[in-house]
Amino acid sequence: MSEFDYNSIPHINEVSACHGVYDEKNLWQKDPISFDERQQHSKKVLPSLEEAIRRVGLKDGMTISFHHHFRNGDYVVNMVMDVIAKMGIKGLTLAASSLTDCHWPLIDHIKNGVIKHIETSGLRGKLGDAVSHGLMDFPVIFRSHGGRAAAIETGELHIDVAFLGAPSCDPYGNANGYNRDSEEGSCCGSLGYAKLDALYADKCIIITDHLVSFPNTPFGIPESQVDYVVKVDNIGDPNGIMSGATRFTKNPKELLIAQYATKAIVASGYFKNNFSMQMGSGGASLAVARYLREYMLEQDIKCRFALGGITGQIVQMHEEGLVKKILDVQSFDLIAANSVKNNRFHEQIDASYYASYVNKGAAVNQLDFVILSALEVDTEFNVNVMTGSDGVIRGAVGGHPDTAAGASMTIVVCPLLRGRIPTVCSKVNTICTPGKTVDVVVTDQGIAVNPARPELYEKFVEAGLPLTTIEKLRDRAERIAGTPEPIKYTDRIVGVLMYRDNSVIDVIRQVAD
Amino acid sequence: MEIKRPGVAGTMESSDIIVRIEPKETEGIELTLESAVMQQYGKQIEKVIRETLEELGVTKAYVNAVDKGALDCTVAARTLAAAYRSAESTEYVWSEVKVK
Amino acid sequence: MLFVPGNNPGMIRDAHIYGSDSIMFDLEDSVAITEKDAARFLVYKALTKLHYGSKELVVRINDLSSGLGVADLEAIVRARPDVIRLPKTDSAKDVVECEREIERIEREAGIPVGSTGMMAAIESANGVLNAREIAFASKRLIGIALGAEDYVTDLKTTRSPEGIELMFARGMIVNAAKAAGIMALDTVYSDVNNEEGFIAEATMIRKMGFDGKSVINPRQIAPLHAVFTPSEKDLAKAHAIMDAIAEANARGSGVASLKGKMIDKPVVARAQYLLEMAERAKTMTVEDI
Repeated sequence: MSEFDYNSIPHINEVSACHGVYDEKNLWQKDPISFDERQQHSKKVLPSLEEAIRRVGLKDGMTISFHHHFRNGDYVVNMVMDVIAKMGIKGLTLAASSLTDCHWPLIDHIKNGVIKHIETSGLRGKLGDAVSHGLMDFPVIFRSHGGRAAAIETGELHIDVAFLGAPSCDPYGNANGYNRDSEEGSCCGSLGYAKLDALYADKCIIITDHLVSFPNTPFGIPESQVDYVVKVDNIGDPNGIMSGATRFTKNPKELLIAQYATKAIVASGYFKNNFSMQMGSGGASLAVARYLREYMLEQDIKCRFALGGITGQIVQMHEEGLVKKILDVQSFDLIAANSVKNNRFHEQIDASYYASYVNKGAAVNQLDFVILSALEVDTEFNVNVMTGSDGVIRGAVGGHPDTAAGASMTIVVCPLLRGRIPTVCSKVNTICTPGKTVDVVVTDQGIAVNPARPELYEKFVEAGLPLTTIEKLRDRAERIAGTPEPIKYTDRIVGVLMYRDNSVIDVIRQVAD
Repeated sequence: MEIKRPGVAGTMESSDIIVRIEPKETEGIELTLESAVMQQYGKQIEKVIRETLEELGVTKAYVNAVDKGALDCTVAARTLAAAYRSAESTEYVWSEVKVK
Repeated sequence: MLFVPGNNPGMIRDAHIYGSDSIMFDLEDSVAITEKDAARFLVYKALTKLHYGSKELVVRINDLSSGLGVADLEAIVRARPDVIRLPKTDSAKDVVECEREIERIEREAGIPVGSTGMMAAIESANGVLNAREIAFASKRLIGIALGAEDYVTDLKTTRSPEGIELMFARGMIVNAAKAAGIMALDTVYSDVNNEEGFIAEATMIRKMGFDGKSVINPRQIAPLHAVFTPSEKDLAKAHAIMDAIAEANARGSGVASLKGKMIDKPVVARAQYLLEMAERAKTMTVEDI
């Protein structure tokens, strides 16, 4: 080591990230025990949720977040909220990527003031029902997956603490949606929505039921973003998290719709080598994937990538070489979840990469076509996926408006009637996706093309598809079922629908009793 | 038409309706209706049931209907079947002839 | 021809969406004996109130000897389907008796006499032997059909994938129908999940000369129509023949030729039939109904 005078180094004061002269006293204390012994005593692993909540300094009025990868089998939200309630913390904003039927116990926490406000993609079951009947003073804010990601990235939706369940995690916080060390326990595949929360939250707590040895790689969430790890007995009910394989529908009406949709895709001009697609998990969407596969084999056409919520159907096509790459923000069944674990080109992507409108590029913008479902479509092609025929909240925005906006061709598949209720109507109860981004509506009783896409219409005519207009579909539905009486609402606003740019596109009112 | 005994027609399947008709001592049709589409079509279903009974000349009956999204023609058909069963009658009157 | 159980409101409502040429509402085997009255009301109301566009509407009544058949006719004739399908037809007498009832009801209801078509299903060994007489029994008959389930029971055998047990019945029925100038319709294929078997059977009966086949599940319609769709090559040839005929007519000549060969009458008839078939085999159509 040569002698030097720190202050005589030219320009030393202009060098950034230079913290003065080395001093032995600051030396990192070497720990001579083995790595394996050391990880047994990781300081990140805490004995209880309560301890973790205390350590992160959760206070009244803060914002906490959860993901919905465990779907209807989730234990994490209810478990964490029970502990928070017991600790006496109040007035929280709960910003989940989505909420579902199993989260009805939140009703009590809302009534008791533990939760003041909710942001989510969707609500269902008793909670959705209670909100629609005026449970909360502060309206629920519904954001699309892309809109939520954008709000988090820009810091407009600031998460103080993220509570993220993970089927496996090592003592330093490397977390995954599956367990590479054993086949036991639950499995959710991609951690797409959790990834973004881990990255942007001030504090991040991983809640797992399988603590595995470091390094739990390749990881969904890296330890560098994780403050604490809590091991619990169960993070969820594996059966509720996902079924073995999404069942293939035998419903003849869904199959008919799927056949029409597939023929529309094949005729659209987008069905050529290296195309890209996103399919939903509904019965008709799954059948589209199967029918499309037959055309791909027949015409020797390969798909460059499949995006989105991923099902076993897509995985099967990937494994037989028909779909080259999979970009997976959320795995819909066990086959998809295991594929994330085992297939190199089945990539888990975060919500921003999937659908944000503010980042430097989102995958939805590269879609040739997307197949989406609808509770209602109106004659302006606006789509409702949020409120049921009785006006009650029972759905989720999801990536609907994001993919509809991004895809070159957006196809909505739905039966003309559900029971007696017309799906195609004059005015949807709640606009989730604006009609300007919806190109084709496929029903069991005909296909309507948005007049803004005359070239698609021409192609479909040539292919002999059963074309009609959206108005005729509505008229036919009303002729069969009769014109429904409008739903009765009060003036009070209980929910606010944000479009993907986080502008208010619609509101949901309290239903009248 | 006189309602002599309880009569039921229909199923709990989607798009069907169960209509149950029972004898009543006093004049008037007392109708209770449960429906999956009560808000949108409740009034219409009730209207079809009442009109169908009126056509048959039924003026005294308790009617209980559980609807699973049946169309008007199904509501009428189930009401007719239940009424004839209640009246223990097979003297069917097919008054309507379709105009082609 | 799509079979629709007569006591199922959901299926009755959606029967027209699957692209079948005709819809057969069933009051017979698919309806429990205790629900015969309810199904009759349902089909009657559906036919008078719902819109099925240009679909040919058929109602299968119970046979007259069951004691239900005449009651079925009283309702159904007034609901004006295109065709009434008589099951278990053993002889010409069965057809004549049914026709007599239909005619009586037509008169009573003020419906033009003769406007209700008939179709007879042959479902017994006796019926098969009488196929010719049955086919000629009434002007109302638009076709005769094979009902295989009862027929194989009558023969004391069972149905096989190859259909060897139906060879004679199919041969008789198709021949009798063609002799009478009416349609021959094949029986249902019950194993809905065996698409391959279904297609093989459909291909065979088309080759035999049958004009169509009954289906019990909408999923069978598309493969059936595919079998009955003429190939591109045959279609092109049929068009060429019809063009040549049109051209000959324009010239005022009675003799048309194609590629130097004179076109015979049967050739024209086949070409015409092929084009009609191609039109009917289109499943993807939307009507304003």
